[in-house]
Amino acid sequence: MAEYSIPTTEQEFQLNFAQLKPHMNRTEALYESSRCLFCFDAPCIKACPSGIDIPQFIRQINSGNETGAARTIYEANYFGNACGKVCPTEVLCEGACVYNLQDVKPIEIGRLQSYATTQVIKSGKQLFGPGAATGKSVAVIGAGPAGISAACELRALGYEVDVFEAKAQPSGLTVYGVAPYKITNEEILAEMAYLQAQFGYRVHFNSPINSREELSKLENEYDAIFLGIGLGKTSELGLPGEDKINCTGAVEFIAELRQHHHEVAVGRKVIVLGGGNTAMDAASESSRLGAEQVILAYRRAKDEMGAYGFEYDLAKGVGVKGLFNVAPVEIVGNGYVSGVKFIRTETKDGKVSEIAGSEFVEPCDMVIKATGQAKQTNFLSLIPGLKLDGKGRIIANAHTGQTTNPKYFASGDAWNGGAEVVNAAAEAKLTARGIHAYLSK
Amino acid sequence: MPDLSINFAGIKSPNPFWLASAPPTNSGYQVMKAFDAGWGGAVWKTMGVPVVNVSSRYGGVNYRDKRLVGFNNIELISDRPLADNLREIEEVKKRFPNHAVIASLMVQSRQEWHDIVRQSQDAGADGFELNFGCPHGMCERGMGSAVGQEPKVLQTIVEWVMEVAQKPVIVKLTPNISDITEPALAARRGGADAISLINTIQSIVGVDIDNFAPYPVVDGKGTNGGYCGPAVKPIALNMVKNCAQHPDIRLPISGIGGIENWRDAVEHMLLGAGSVQVCTAAMHFGFGIIREMTSGLEQYMVEKGFETIDQLVGKALPNVLPWEDLNMKYKVTANIHAEKCIGCQLCYTACEDGAHQAIRLNAGTRVPEIIEENCVGCNLCSLVCPVEQCITMERTDAGTQHLTWKGRTEAGDVPVEFNDEKAGGRHHWVPEPAAALGKERHKTLPGKARVLNGETEMPAEA
Repeated sequence: MAEYSIPTTEQEFQLNFAQLKPHMNRTEALYESSRCLFCFDAPCIKACPSGIDIPQFIRQINSGNETGAARTIYEANYFGNACGKVCPTEVLCEGACVYNLQDVKPIEIGRLQSYATTQVIKSGKQLFGPGAATGKSVAVIGAGPAGISAACELRALGYEVDVFEAKAQPSGLTVYGVAPYKITNEEILAEMAYLQAQFGYRVHFNSPINSREELSKLENEYDAIFLGIGLGKTSELGLPGEDKINCTGAVEFIAELRQHHHEVAVGRKVIVLGGGNTAMDAASESSRLGAEQVILAYRRAKDEMGAYGFEYDLAKGVGVKGLFNVAPVEIVGNGYVSGVKFIRTETKDGKVSEIAGSEFVEPCDMVIKATGQAKQTNFLSLIPGLKLDGKGRIIANAHTGQTTNPKYFASGDAWNGGAEVVNAAAEAKLTARGIHAYLSK
Repeated sequence: MPDLSINFAGIKSPNPFWLASAPPTNSGYQVMKAFDAGWGGAVWKTMGVPVVNVSSRYGGVNYRDKRLVGFNNIELISDRPLADNLREIEEVKKRFPNHAVIASLMVQSRQEWHDIVRQSQDAGADGFELNFGCPHGMCERGMGSAVGQEPKVLQTIVEWVMEVAQKPVIVKLTPNISDITEPALAARRGGADAISLINTIQSIVGVDIDNFAPYPVVDGKGTNGGYCGPAVKPIALNMVKNCAQHPDIRLPISGIGGIENWRDAVEHMLLGAGSVQVCTAAMHFGFGIIREMTSGLEQYMVEKGFETIDQLVGKALPNVLPWEDLNMKYKVTANIHAEKCIGCQLCYTACEDGAHQAIRLNAGTRVPEIIEENCVGCNLCSLVCPVEQCITMERTDAGTQHLTWKGRTEAGDVPVEFNDEKAGGRHHWVPEPAAALGKERHKTLPGKARVLNGETEMPAEA
């Protein structure tokens, strides 16, 4: 394999992790926007979790009104550029484009969206600003897509907003968890800087909220609290040998990768455990970091994977090999990982069962667990009256985001259990309005 | 193989495709290159007392990503010395004796007309085209369209030219006039051998909205230009038809206006053009477009069984009638072929907002449905549909009856009062005005609000 050599410089890293959706220039945007049919009751809008008026912004681009296009996008979704680049558009807006039914390439909506938003980010044009002050304030926990979107909308509605973020940079998984070939750190941070300059919320970095005392302080100082805390670390599998060196979680691996690029070392033979989109990312990334062999191991059959088809294709395209119907039993090795012991499985009537005596060891020198993120149930238990559902997700009103503790509101992964950036951005906008309704009573 | 050669009012040419008098025929170099490429004739860039041009001369109209669907210019006639032009005409004719070289002329006095006609004749020109069309610059000096708009003056000048011309004379008409047949008739009275039309249409091609000046901009200012290109074809076709159908004109017509491929040329010919002239398309794509034009025309003639150009010239004229002679009993109805429909619903919104509310949407499908009793057969849905043959207009009358407005008028069966029972739309169903309210309003809301509107109470904007 080894389609990619190990990147040793930032330049080599950028080549291995070239953007899947590079920015358009004006000519390409003109050509692409010209193809849009301006459907009535457009399916792309319906497919967009944030309901962006896509035909409208495409028409605006086409008529040379990029600023208006960016306004249309941001009015619906503050992560306009980020979503243009990281959204699974193949299954959302672009997947719904009527051209698909004619076997014509759908409009490249994501790239057009990024084209428009990048223009205003670059120009720094003031499109939005804080609304007339209400005299009330909201604390936002977490500067991810949910938290930042809520902060923008709350500022527009006239609230003082303080965002508390455990990490050093805003945008959450957009900068810490998305594959580097989907969006660069520079552009997501540029969008965050643009939003903050527009709306003027305060972000307190390296300021985790962990204790009851800290929560009490927020409860006393703010009129409402928005939870945009996302999910936690990669879940433990509970396998023997999971603590061996070079056995890591996908979320942690990708966060390292996003921050340190080519300085991150990957094994020569990597096994990625999991069948979701994060597993596909981790596998792709390992390959692009120069691993000689990358195996994607999933306990069910190929067509049962949770990942989108195009994400698996992307991984296959960089040489990742699938190993299906195998469940990990043990991480083997002496200090360092030297392999994974699997047992073969079969699926009957939707239930997976192990085939006795079918164990085997697949050698490797790195294991990446992409088997889901844990819920932050310990932290959430510090909030009085806050109820979670059976899967550890915050229970909140579908239209207002209000939790079972009336002062707390939620959006994003901690509420929906883990979804796309666009879902968090859309939910948070709605929840901010829920907070406004609550505080306007 | 069909014979593409023509004899147009005595001017012979290996094919009916001529370059119009314009920048592509400014020099012998260009004309020779064009003939080499396959063009049948060229009308030389208008000669007269040489002009001085301004810099910044052309403007374009783009439609979405398509450049130059319309084009305009503020360039004047040839700015080269007459002697140079004449010498080059002679050289071209020596090299291409069987191609048509037509001298386009524009001068003022009788003596000047006599001189320039004689000199062009001596240089070997196969004919003349009198430029009575230019609608910018030259008309301010009493020439070009200023002549074309005054039938008497036009006739006089044609008479002057006919006094000395020994080769066919074509009069080029301006479309900047309410009835094109008037100058055409004047040309005939003056003794002209043929007419050509249309020249460019007076236009402002666009406005620089940052600097508040019309295109093309000359030092912050602009002037009206002459409009041409694909966008003007419909206007040209109608004027060609008007001249071709007029019983008293009876002159060969060289069709000009929006011709860029064989199909455009065939359309001009079917409405009466015996030769066609091209400028904008050659300026946009170069002389090489002639290959597609001749091969397309040949293919068309083979498929339709035409052996000579004469056989197709004017072929559509018998089917162009005054409105009052159309059959009012003919009825077509839109038919959506669901298996081809991609669900864009452009037909729905077009019919709703731009026509007769004869298409409905049904729950559970994106394929719209025609409400047959409301469909007036206007074609709009089939025109906006982006899928070939997805919406077809199908005949629904028995085809046995024929009744025209003229016939109804003669029979005293037409509406004559404001609230006449006989009004065509009287019994056509239209929704109550207030039924429109709320149908589009939610679309003005941003993002999720447009979807959730009605489900949740949206707080007012801050």
